[in-house]
Amino acid sequence: MAVLVDKDTRVLIQGITGSQGTFHSNAMLEYGTKIVAGVTPGKGGESVNGIPVYDSVKNAKEAEDATASVIFVPAPFAGDAALEAITNDLNPVVLITEHIPVRDEMIVVHAAKAKGITVIGPNTPGIITPGAKQKLGIMPGHVFSEGVVGLMSRSGTLTYEIAAGMTNAEVGISTAIGLGGDPCVGLTAVEAVELFKQDPETKALVLVGEIGGDAEERAAAYIKNEYDLPVVGFIAGRTAPPGKRMGHAGAIISGSSGTADAKIKAMNAAGIQVAEKPSDVARILNELL
Amino acid sequence: MKLFEHEAKEIFRAFGMPTPPGGVARTSEEAKKRAEEVGKPVVVKAQVLSGKRGKAGGVKFADTPDDAARHAEEILAMRINDLPVEAVLIEEKLDIQQEIYVGVTVDRNARKYVMIGSSAGGMSIEELAEESPELIIKHHVDPFLGFRAFEARNMAIAMGFKGKNINRLGSFFIKLWQIVTKYDVELSEINPLILTKDGRFLAADARLNIDDNALYRHKDIIENLHREPAEMNERELKATAEGMAYVELDGDIACICNGAGLTMATLDAVALYGGQASTFLDLGGGSDKERVEKGIEIALQYDKVKAILVNIMGGITRCDDVANGIVAVRDDQGIDVPLVIRMVGTNEKEGQDILTKAGIPFLKTMEEAAAKVVELVKEVK
Repeated sequence: MAVLVDKDTRVLIQGITGSQGTFHSNAMLEYGTKIVAGVTPGKGGESVNGIPVYDSVKNAKEAEDATASVIFVPAPFAGDAALEAITNDLNPVVLITEHIPVRDEMIVVHAAKAKGITVIGPNTPGIITPGAKQKLGIMPGHVFSEGVVGLMSRSGTLTYEIAAGMTNAEVGISTAIGLGGDPCVGLTAVEAVELFKQDPETKALVLVGEIGGDAEERAAAYIKNEYDLPVVGFIAGRTAPPGKRMGHAGAIISGSSGTADAKIKAMNAAGIQVAEKPSDVARILNELL
Repeated sequence: MKLFEHEAKEIFRAFGMPTPPGGVARTSEEAKKRAEEVGKPVVVKAQVLSGKRGKAGGVKFADTPDDAARHAEEILAMRINDLPVEAVLIEEKLDIQQEIYVGVTVDRNARKYVMIGSSAGGMSIEELAEESPELIIKHHVDPFLGFRAFEARNMAIAMGFKGKNINRLGSFFIKLWQIVTKYDVELSEINPLILTKDGRFLAADARLNIDDNALYRHKDIIENLHREPAEMNERELKATAEGMAYVELDGDIACICNGAGLTMATLDAVALYGGQASTFLDLGGGSDKERVEKGIEIALQYDKVKAILVNIMGGITRCDDVANGIVAVRDDQGIDVPLVIRMVGTNEKEGQDILTKAGIPFLKTMEEAAAKVVELVKEVK
C-alpha cells in the first residue's frame, strides 16, 4: 500500500522530448516506473526511450490509458501543460518545473482542486513508492527502500539525504512526496498527512520542512488533533537570516514569520520529535518503531 | 523584483491612481528645482529598496526650496540598511485628514491573492496586525473570477467609508488589481494612502514587487527602468548568471552544496558545531564539472571566506563530476583556504578515487564534514 502512486499508476510524461524529459524518463524506466506515453506538441509519432510520443494529452490518454502525468515543460509553458493534464483528468499531476510564475501556479492549483485532482509541486523532485517500484520524478531511486514510513518534504537533495540515512538504518518508506519549494504548491503538508493517515501500511511519518510560510505549523496542528502514530520532524534554515531567499522561492523569513524556531516550537507542541541533524531522523525513527 | 517608490508611482499614475505632485532628484540642485515646481512645503524621501527608511532619517519635511536642497544633500549622502541612496523623491506635503492602508499580496496557504485594506494606515501592516487586527479588512480574490468592482466597494464600506468615498477608495483597489494582473505583482502596498482635508485621495507611498519568475513576460518594464532588476554585487551577478542560488552571510565558511534544503541544512550543521557560514551556494541539480569549478571560484572571491565545505548528495549530480571539478580548480588556480569535502550518492566510489589520487581528503557524513571545517577554520584564525 501507499499513497497517490501504486503499481497500477500509468504514467504520461509531458515534455518528454526535452533534455530533462528524455533523461529522467529513461531513469524512471530503469527504476521500474510504468511510463506509457509522452507528449510534446508537434512531435507526435516519434518515440523517446521506446515510449510513444503524442501531440496532446488527450490523444496520449486515449491511446495508452495513462492515469498520471509528470511535467518537465519549461516554466513559461508549464502552467498550460498542467491545465492540459487536469482537463484530461490525469491524477496525480506531478509538476517538476521550477520558476513558474506564481499567478500561473494559483490558477493550476484551483483548477485541480475544482476537479478533485492532486497536483504535486511545482518545483518538486516528485513522488516515489518504493514498494511498487514506481517513481514519478527525478529522485535517485536507490536511496529509497520499501517500508512503513511516509515521508514528505519541501526539498529535494535534503530528502535524499534523509532517505539514504533511513535506508542505511534499515527504516523503509511507504511513499515519499516532495511537496515543492515554491510559496504556492498544490498538495499541502496537511493534505499529505491526511493521505498517509488513510493508508493502513504507513506506521509513522517524517515531515521535512524549511523556513518560510507556515505549512509546518499547520501540519503540526493537524497532527496534534488527528494523527496518532509517531512523527519525526526536521527543519532546515535554523541559521538563515531574515529577508533573504535561501534558494527556494518559498524559503524566506518575512518579518517575524516563517522562522525555524516557530516551526520547531509548533512541532514540539504537537508531540513531534524534531531532529537536530538530518542523520538523527533515522535514529529517532528506530527508537520509535 | 522590487521597484523604487518613484518607479512604482509612475505605474500607479499610468493606471489613473493619483499621487502627490512632485518628482525625482539625484542632486541637491535638482531637489531645489523640484521643490520650486511644487511651490508648497514638500517632503524629501530617500529612494531605497528597503523599509524603515523613516526611522533611519530618510524622510524629511521642508518649508522652502532651500530647505529641500539641504535635506536632499544629507539624505543622498546616507546609507540605509547598507544601501546607498542614489535619489530622493520630492513631493507636496499633504494636509492629512486620514491615513489609509491599501495592499495586495499572495496568501501562500489559500494560494490566492489577498486584497488588504485598513482605515488605520501609516504604520506597518505587521504592527497594525498586533495593535488593532480588527481594523484589517481582507478579501481573497477568486482565481477565476478576479477582483470585481462590487468587492472593492465592499472593502471600502467594511473599512468604514461612506457616500462618495466608497467609490473613490474602491477605485484604488480596482486599479491596484489591474496592475497586479498586468504585471504579475507579488506584493504591493500603498501605505499610506492619504485622504486630504480637502477630500482628495492620493497614493503617498508606493511599494511594488514583481514576481521574478514572471519577468520574462514584462521585459518592457525592465527596459523602461534603465537599471538592473536587483542591486547585486559582482559575485551575486556571476552566480545568478550561472543559475546558482548565492547568498552572502557574516561568517567565514563557504558552504557549496546541491539543493536549497541541503545547503540550508549544511549551514545549520556548521553552526551546530560552533562555526558560522559566510556563503550559501546552491549549485543546483545536475551539476557537472564546470559548474562545480565556477561555484568554487565565485565562493573564493568573497573576502570573508576562510574555508570551504563542499557537501554533495549525488542524485542527478555525479560525484565523479564533482571530484573532477574540485581537482581542476585546485590545479588551475589553487585553493588557498582549507577545503573539506563530503560527497555521497551517484558514482560515489569513482569520485572518491579521483579525490584520493589527487591527495584531497573527503568525509562520509555531513556531520563529520561540518565538524572538520569548523575545526580547520579555528586553526586558520
